[in-house]
Amino acid sequence: MKDKTQLNDEAKARLAALPEVLGPKDRLQIPVCPMPSQEPSVRCHNMQEVALGYGEDQAVLEAKRCLQCKNKPCTALCPVGIDIPRFVGFVAERRFKEALDVILESSLLPSICGRVCPQENQCQKNCTVGRSHKDIDQAVAIGRLERFVADWAAQNGISAVPVPAADSGHKVAVVGSGPASIAAAADLRKAGHEVWMFEALHKTGGVLVYGIPEFRLPKALVGREIDKLAAMGVHIETNYLVGRTRTIKELREEDGFDAIFIGSGAGLPKFMGIPGENYVGVFSANEFLTRSNLMKAYDGSHAATPLYNAKRVAVFGGGNVAMDAARTALRLGAEHVSIIYRRTREEMPARREEVEHAHEEGVEFLMLSQPVAIKADERGRVSAVVVRDCVLGEADASGRRRPVEVEGSDHELPFDCVIVAIGNTSNPLIKMTTEGLDVDKRGNFIVNEETLETSIPGVYAGGDIVLGAATVILAMGQGRKAAAAINRRLAGK
Amino acid sequence: MNRILAKRQLSNEVFEYEIEAPLIARERKAGQFVVVQQGDDFAERIPLTIADADTTKGTITLVIQAVGESTHRLVRLGVGDVIGNVLGPLGHPTDVRYYGKVVIVGGGVGVAPAHPIAQAMKAAGNEVRIIMGARNKDLLVFEDRMRRIDPDTIVVTDDGSAGVKGLVTGPLEDLCRDWHPDLVVAIGPAVMMKFCCRTTAAFNVPTLVSLNTIMIDGTGMCGGCRVVVDGKMRFVCVEGPEFDGHLVDWDNLMARQATFRDYEAEHHHRCHIDMMIEEGQA
Repeated sequence: MKDKTQLNDEAKARLAALPEVLGPKDRLQIPVCPMPSQEPSVRCHNMQEVALGYGEDQAVLEAKRCLQCKNKPCTALCPVGIDIPRFVGFVAERRFKEALDVILESSLLPSICGRVCPQENQCQKNCTVGRSHKDIDQAVAIGRLERFVADWAAQNGISAVPVPAADSGHKVAVVGSGPASIAAAADLRKAGHEVWMFEALHKTGGVLVYGIPEFRLPKALVGREIDKLAAMGVHIETNYLVGRTRTIKELREEDGFDAIFIGSGAGLPKFMGIPGENYVGVFSANEFLTRSNLMKAYDGSHAATPLYNAKRVAVFGGGNVAMDAARTALRLGAEHVSIIYRRTREEMPARREEVEHAHEEGVEFLMLSQPVAIKADERGRVSAVVVRDCVLGEADASGRRRPVEVEGSDHELPFDCVIVAIGNTSNPLIKMTTEGLDVDKRGNFIVNEETLETSIPGVYAGGDIVLGAATVILAMGQGRKAAAAINRRLAGK
Repeated sequence: MNRILAKRQLSNEVFEYEIEAPLIARERKAGQFVVVQQGDDFAERIPLTIADADTTKGTITLVIQAVGESTHRLVRLGVGDVIGNVLGPLGHPTDVRYYGKVVIVGGGVGVAPAHPIAQAMKAAGNEVRIIMGARNKDLLVFEDRMRRIDPDTIVVTDDGSAGVKGLVTGPLEDLCRDWHPDLVVAIGPAVMMKFCCRTTAAFNVPTLVSLNTIMIDGTGMCGGCRVVVDGKMRFVCVEGPEFDGHLVDWDNLMARQATFRDYEAEHHHRCHIDMMIEEGQA
């Protein structure tokens, strides 16, 4: 495997050999620049970031693959509508600062979204370059370019801390400190409001900190975004659980908040409802990842939070969280890790890059397999998973082919730990403690689609508490949308 | 915030702390708890029940028994020190109302969180009887405070070093048979609560228990605290901590509490050595 310098030198040589003026054919002939990464056999023993990011020449070369389409199919599928051809065009001209400015017009968290967005289902999905090659993997690597621009800015000390407008005299509370709340807090503070961010945990960042592992999203990046909020004058309170430490009603009526944004995220972990799920050694992915990420249990010589000593780990689910859990288990010393998923790799909702990384690192993919029971030894500790084979049937509402269980195919596989990564249901706490707040049958908050206002006037919500489990960028987009509506409300418009 | 205003040693390994936490003191009701993290980034989050609160002074009272690394670190703190992170109040408050006759059973440091419940039950007009137990005399806490609520508080110890020798289930059975309580509230080690429930079930006395499980965030996110109640999975942090004790799957609860026992035994030993080095004793 070539290292970062070698890859960049190759890109440099290729750039030098390009004709002065590039036609579409020339652009289409440039192969995708590979992402420099840590060697799989090395990285599966450490927590450092796997993907190392493009060098400058790589970024410029990759950007030159863009055809600058007038109809911008990429922008059309970006949840926050970043003007992608324009920022990529600036990268191709080595005008990185201008590229950054274009991204910041629409997105607040490019260093994070560049790393965790599912680009193959968004901007890169309908990229003309990929379509010309009839291969989505040949699309312009927009996510990698976004990340490059953000990292370049950080390395060059360019941190755009927006200057808030003059004091508006209004006070707004932001509940939670994940992507939706970070975005909302920034836009609310920019408008000159006094903004208070309330986080239940002892650390800010929400799912970016407790959920997504260091090897996929370095925590220093998240810290930088929170520091920016603090520099803008946002008051940040940790250890403050809205619903218990203070209710929504008290914040409104006693503490004088003129508006509230709730971005409290997806709450309770879902379980399968199969026999044996309460045996010792069965964890929700939330618990497993929180122990490792937030509580830093991966550093066994320092951390006080214990980890379950497991050698053979089964992970149920096929999303990003399942990949994160499987790859974390490997790094924590498991000898064998299997993803058990009832459809096939094609239908997995996880980002393609994460699936590939997991595969390279040695995670086993048991596809078309439905766990139907968990077995334990005489001490009540997990000893096996009973798996039933599936075949793919007709497409369901999600457009994916529905798995059909094969009767009589049950077989037992030895495991000593199970991690359930099949999503979350909404946390009932705020609903329980807030009269008049309407939720749907899954417990997600019902909001006005235009303003994201809940059934309580002046109380807005966004991110996973509204969407169910979604993505960082959608949450960020909702945070901004709600902030805009709050700003309009407080300005009396 | 979170400054220690008073510290009292209740026994060899049990300490009572009064902590400045006005936000929690203001909202907290009997039966609720906090999650505490003390130390650097690597410290553990642990749930602790709130033994008392003073809204005027803005303080809460925590009773801490040094059993593992995190609690050992906590009890080394003194007046003036600040506990890094305290989150709360968490969990549903106890359903305090008029039941008639209520027996409160506290075991070990479980007597401390039982105290505000006993107080609140009495204030709600109930006749309250109290049984408190411990392994030995040294581990009995809050006896004087309990006697203020029930002058005839029954004390039992495993070894007979104070009160009656035996288990709390003995006097509990007597009260169920002779006094006919309308409700029993039991707080203490899981095995004690299990046998209290077995005792009260024979007399059909409704029994509330307060469960202490593995917990990280305490807000519903991790699912580590899940228990089986009436055959259903329930989360102690947001749906508890109190449940109908007759419906709790105690054996599963105790197995799950022991999830990290091997790890903790080894880790505890290592941390004792570390702390001795820090204190210059080794």
